[in-house]
Amino acid sequence: MSKPLKKISLTKLLHQNKNKWSFIKLRQFYQSLEKILKETCSYAELCTNNGHWLDYTGTEMNSSCFSCSSVKPDCVCELTFSFSQLFEGPVFFYYGLSNYYQNYRQYGVSKDANQLSGDTTYFLSPQDTCSPYQYDSSGKPIVPCGSIANSKFNDTFKLYLMVNGVKTLVPFDGKGIAWWTDYNVKYRNPATVNGSLAKAFDGTVKPPNWPKPAYELDPSDAANNGFVNQDFLVWMRRAALPNFRKLYGRITGGDYSQGLPAGNYTLQINYNYPVVNFKGTKKVIFSNVSWMGGKNEFLGLAYLVIGCLCVVMAIVMLIVYAKYKFSDDDDMQ
Amino acid sequence: MLRRRINLLFGGDEKRVDSRTIYVGHRPCPATEAFIPPKFCDNRIVSSKYTIWNFLPKNLFEQFRRIANFYFLIIFLVQVIVDTPTSPVTSGLPLFFVITVTAIKQGYEDWLRHKADYEVNKYPVIVLEDGRSIRKESEKIKVGDIVEVVEDETFPCDLILLQSTRDDDTCFVTTASLDGESNHKTHYTVPDTEKDLQSLNATIECEQPQPDLYKFVGRMHIYKTDQEPAVRSLGPENLLLKGATLKNTKKIYGVAVYTGMETKMALNYQGKSQKRSAVEKSINAFLLVYLCILISKAVVCTTLKYVWQSQDGQDEPWYNEKTQKEKDTYVYLKMFTDFLSFMVLFNFIIPVSMYVTVEMQKFLGSFFITWDKDFFDPEIQEGALVNTSDLNEELGQVEYVFTDKTGTLTQNNMEYIECCIDGFQYRNSDSMSELDGFCVTDGPVSKLQQKAGRDKEELFLRALCLCHTVQVKEAGPDEIDSDQVDGLVSELSQPDEQRGFIASSPDEVALVKGAMKHGFTFLGLENKSMKIRNRENNVELYDLLHVLNFDPVRRRMSVIVRSKSGETLLFCKGADSSIFPRVRQEEVDRIRMHVERNATEGYRTLCVAYKQLSPEEFAVADAGLRDARLALQDREEKLMAVYNQVETSMSLIGATAVEDRLQEEAAETMEALQGAGMKVWVLTGDKMETAKSTCYACRLFQRGTELLELTVRTLEDGGRKREERLHELLLDYHKKAVQDAPPVKAGVTRSWSTANQEYGFIVDGATLSLVMNPSPDTNSSRYKSLFLQICQNCTAVLCCRMAPLQKAQIVKMVKNSKGSPITLSIGDGANDVSMILEAHVGIGIKGKEGRQAVRNSDYAIPKLKHLKKLLLAHGHLYYVRIAHLVQYFFYKNLCFILPQFLYQFFCGYSQQPLYDAAYLTMYNICFTSMPILAFSLLEQHIAIEYLLDNATLYREIAKNAMLKWGPFLYWTVLGIFQGLLFFFGVKYLFSNPALQDNGQVFGNWSYGTIVFTVLVFTVTLKLALDTRHWTWINHFVIWGSLAFYVFFSFFWGGIIWPFLKQQRLYFVFANMLSSVSAWLVIILLILLSLLPDILLMVFRKPRGPHARQLSEGSLLQTARSLPSPRCPTSI
Repeated sequence: MSKPLKKISLTKLLHQNKNKWSFIKLRQFYQSLEKILKETCSYAELCTNNGHWLDYTGTEMNSSCFSCSSVKPDCVCELTFSFSQLFEGPVFFYYGLSNYYQNYRQYGVSKDANQLSGDTTYFLSPQDTCSPYQYDSSGKPIVPCGSIANSKFNDTFKLYLMVNGVKTLVPFDGKGIAWWTDYNVKYRNPATVNGSLAKAFDGTVKPPNWPKPAYELDPSDAANNGFVNQDFLVWMRRAALPNFRKLYGRITGGDYSQGLPAGNYTLQINYNYPVVNFKGTKKVIFSNVSWMGGKNEFLGLAYLVIGCLCVVMAIVMLIVYAKYKFSDDDDMQ
Repeated sequence: MLRRRINLLFGGDEKRVDSRTIYVGHRPCPATEAFIPPKFCDNRIVSSKYTIWNFLPKNLFEQFRRIANFYFLIIFLVQVIVDTPTSPVTSGLPLFFVITVTAIKQGYEDWLRHKADYEVNKYPVIVLEDGRSIRKESEKIKVGDIVEVVEDETFPCDLILLQSTRDDDTCFVTTASLDGESNHKTHYTVPDTEKDLQSLNATIECEQPQPDLYKFVGRMHIYKTDQEPAVRSLGPENLLLKGATLKNTKKIYGVAVYTGMETKMALNYQGKSQKRSAVEKSINAFLLVYLCILISKAVVCTTLKYVWQSQDGQDEPWYNEKTQKEKDTYVYLKMFTDFLSFMVLFNFIIPVSMYVTVEMQKFLGSFFITWDKDFFDPEIQEGALVNTSDLNEELGQVEYVFTDKTGTLTQNNMEYIECCIDGFQYRNSDSMSELDGFCVTDGPVSKLQQKAGRDKEELFLRALCLCHTVQVKEAGPDEIDSDQVDGLVSELSQPDEQRGFIASSPDEVALVKGAMKHGFTFLGLENKSMKIRNRENNVELYDLLHVLNFDPVRRRMSVIVRSKSGETLLFCKGADSSIFPRVRQEEVDRIRMHVERNATEGYRTLCVAYKQLSPEEFAVADAGLRDARLALQDREEKLMAVYNQVETSMSLIGATAVEDRLQEEAAETMEALQGAGMKVWVLTGDKMETAKSTCYACRLFQRGTELLELTVRTLEDGGRKREERLHELLLDYHKKAVQDAPPVKAGVTRSWSTANQEYGFIVDGATLSLVMNPSPDTNSSRYKSLFLQICQNCTAVLCCRMAPLQKAQIVKMVKNSKGSPITLSIGDGANDVSMILEAHVGIGIKGKEGRQAVRNSDYAIPKLKHLKKLLLAHGHLYYVRIAHLVQYFFYKNLCFILPQFLYQFFCGYSQQPLYDAAYLTMYNICFTSMPILAFSLLEQHIAIEYLLDNATLYREIAKNAMLKWGPFLYWTVLGIFQGLLFFFGVKYLFSNPALQDNGQVFGNWSYGTIVFTVLVFTVTLKLALDTRHWTWINHFVIWGSLAFYVFFSFFWGGIIWPFLKQQRLYFVFANMLSSVSAWLVIILLILLSLLPDILLMVFRKPRGPHARQLSEGSLLQTARSLPSPRCPTSI
């Protein structure tokens, strides 16, 4: 909505109508503020606010994921959207959850750092803080134990670009989405037994919510399997606020290194993760990242406002100073 | 009264339980029915508080009796017992730190005491037992033992002196370690004891131990075979106190009367009652507010938690199932534990470290007073002394100054000016060339060139030479310097007579010297006979029969001597008011004029009278005095009665005038104090005229000041009953000074140089007692409040003819008056001790009248002029410092905890801490403690010179101005503003938590770390903004603290700590710094939160009271320093 306005150069506007310019500017400012303060977006289309995002919770009847929101696992739904111009890359793909309290205290302590650093002595006797996901009903220890691991986000996404009516897969790069230190230092897989990671997990069971055990998270890549699975690591770093986003993958491969070209896209969602019963929402976010980090309108606005404030104050003070100085001169005479 | 008389007559010695009987040398006495060895405590001194075994429990118990420590202990225990968000370490560690430091300090102090005790208790002493000298440890001395002490040793317990190696049965001691007086004091043996102590058979009856060093009453019964037991009175002059040192005497023997903890020294050891400052009351009030904030925060969170959880799906989302235990817990119990958890989470808002910092600030701050070079007095080679560090800031809050006159406003360096004999004035010329210059050079100043008869002259001079208690200093070569410190006034200028005089009061020395100028020289006291050399250079001898000591109630002293010719003479000297009623009226009329004129000139006048005693009269007086001295009870009163009997119907022979010069800069100091809004009251025992002239000289009264007089003289003017007149005068003055006076605005606006009529108030002791203790029949309870109101509206109040207790009474009255103003007493003598102890702040002057005032004071300064700097500079600065310290502490903890509180709204009220435990713990201990401590020690928001030049600045902080609710509100609002800013600033930043350039996402610990970083920097930089006086220490601690924070964060997050369960801060800080957005928001938030302060600083400067007065002050100064020619041209 505001895009065409932006295109008109400011100087032109200034020449045209001073009053109008300030009015428009104010309105623009107000809209940006509103966007920052309200994180919801009523559009079924892509919303633009700290990146382009798309709600797929499926609470609305006309949403294609509506059926999935109440149906049990392995429900697949598709969302379509389009970019009217090239979305400059590198593009980052996030999933976002709202009203999800990952910063809940009891939730936050519900893990065993020793297990996760690969210490097998803690596999058979997980920490008490993991309760109620410490042992399963048959008394077998759960590895990785605790609420955080158990509630790992398990929706999966596939993005297709419609080229001439043909779906072409846009690949996500899931490497390097977790902190380097988490991947390389903090989280360690247990030593393999006879070359098998699965054997190291002997005598333990998978968290009840997981479809498969930890050692099968990514059987294709040993460096992304078990506790050092990047998706797992991303999930384990708890979000600060109840509305958060987490990195799912990067779109950097081959043709898409410049970004996502204009066109129609289809997002295929493997809908597993229930959020409706705690009034949460799920969304996906396409965002590009600058040297400053992710797109953040608050920071820009704040600096703009404070900068203006400072300029105004500087002028006021200059006037005050000048007045005082002159009056001083009067006194001197 | 009647009973006293009866007691006096019958020698009144009914046995009372409060006396003890001591058997000298443990020998049973024939007279007593049965020898029961009485039980007394042994001579072990235990000044230590703890033993190895009870140190830990006792010390801990005492420390946890402090309400703050107890509070933190409770918080710690809650954390241990209940499942709380932060580990017990976070509050346990600071508490442990505080407790340990205090325990170590107290343990060390106690160890020193143990060591000192051990040294004293194991000190070898020689005890005479069965004719042999036995070496014993000091602690084994029992009451009744005969102890031998040699020169330069200290006495191991309180002894009655039995025998001395000196010929005149005296010995000399110094009591420097007891009361600081380093002059030699003479003590006497019990008269007529046998030389052979082995055969001495005696008992001593004396009062039970009591702490007064200068009081002792006892009686010694000496039993000789075949004789009636002889009775000797014992007084303080026979008692050698433990702790005093034997001087100038080879060896003495004494019998132990009080031992161990019952000695006067030990009884005096119990510390003075603690004075608490007004600032502490403010702190407690603020603490209460913060406690309310804390509790309401916890209540709000608990309530909201359950409201929130009652919503559908919020209580137990599938991803966060409760444990079985949680499900089973009773809901109200859960609520309670939740409440406790919130308390624990927010408890950091009440800073444990504030108490430590305040204590340290006070302790270290007092050194700056001790070190101040301006307080160093080259004359006595000493600086200021701080006895209590608790009251530093109180020095900045003084509203009433009560000052002694003699020795405080004046130098107490007496100089003989003139005398008046029989109505003729003799002024001593300054030329000292003619030795016998009395007749030749001294012309009477009065127009009549007449002189009194030679007989009268000589009688008067003899009286001056005899009527005193001056001792002639034996000029030992090594003792001259040491004794100059105290008591000794000066050496004589004549080289052949290297002698000085030692006296309890400098007037006496001045008089003896005055007599010397007129040709009569006092040579000394030998074997109870006084030697004087008269004008013909003949030595005259007088037997000293009795000394009727000086005391402030009688205000006179007398001696009874017998001349060689056998005449018994009584010489009496004293204040005119106490002498005039006791002499013939026609003599008074001749001298009164001189006395009054001298008094108005500011001299101290004494009248001299004499009386010839007939043998009968003497016998009566002698018997009365002896009886009274033997009395065990009410000895003072009995003596007084005898004195009053003897000192009657004397004849007045003359009067003396002695000048007491003003202290250096006394007037400037008083002017500065008044300028600073303090009311100065002079409380003196001196005459009204003398005191009034001193007040004028000190500019306490100015020419325009209207004096309101409420003295015996004005009361007796109307010829009516005193009470009526008093009533009338009080109402009259009240109307004048209180009702008609324009309403006085708060001290700040009132200037001392306004055109308002100023009032001075003069009251004397007798009238004061009428006011304070009105007769019950009159409805005069209003007098006191009327009197107080008048006094409060006068710029200066002079109370003359005051007894020491009345001084304290006045201080107490003002102290307890409306608004409980802060009072300060300053004095130098023993008579000021009561008011020094009574006032909020007591200041002693290291003057000539001994060290008692200094010992009982909170601060001691060498000279009066130092008071100005002590109050205007040190007091002002310490008040501002501690006020800032307190406000800052509350502020920094408020904006520390507020984000954590706000975070609860975004984490489901689950008590999730925002900051890591290490940050929670270290915030107050390491990251923000040193800068404020350095600030509170070194800050000079206004340069000391300005403070001294502009006394009015002191008014700005009067009445605890910086710790009122207004400033507190400002700091609180600032804290809330910054806390909100920190939290929401970072929250909006986290609307997109992907802050790194690789798109990775930050979690909750990053959030907390960013907030914490902003917090630490803001809080420290806020202090830097407030700092006006930068020293290298300020720079070091402020930038050092910030650097330490960064270093610590790197270190803490850089290593996998093996002892931690969760490595939650691992690389969080480093990752944060790698994000440009985080940098930007940190800088933005710091600037934004400091913006109000910066603005305030900028806008305040041209208008603020400080700046204006500063510039005015400097303008005035430059105007003063510049010669005036510019003025005409500019017009």
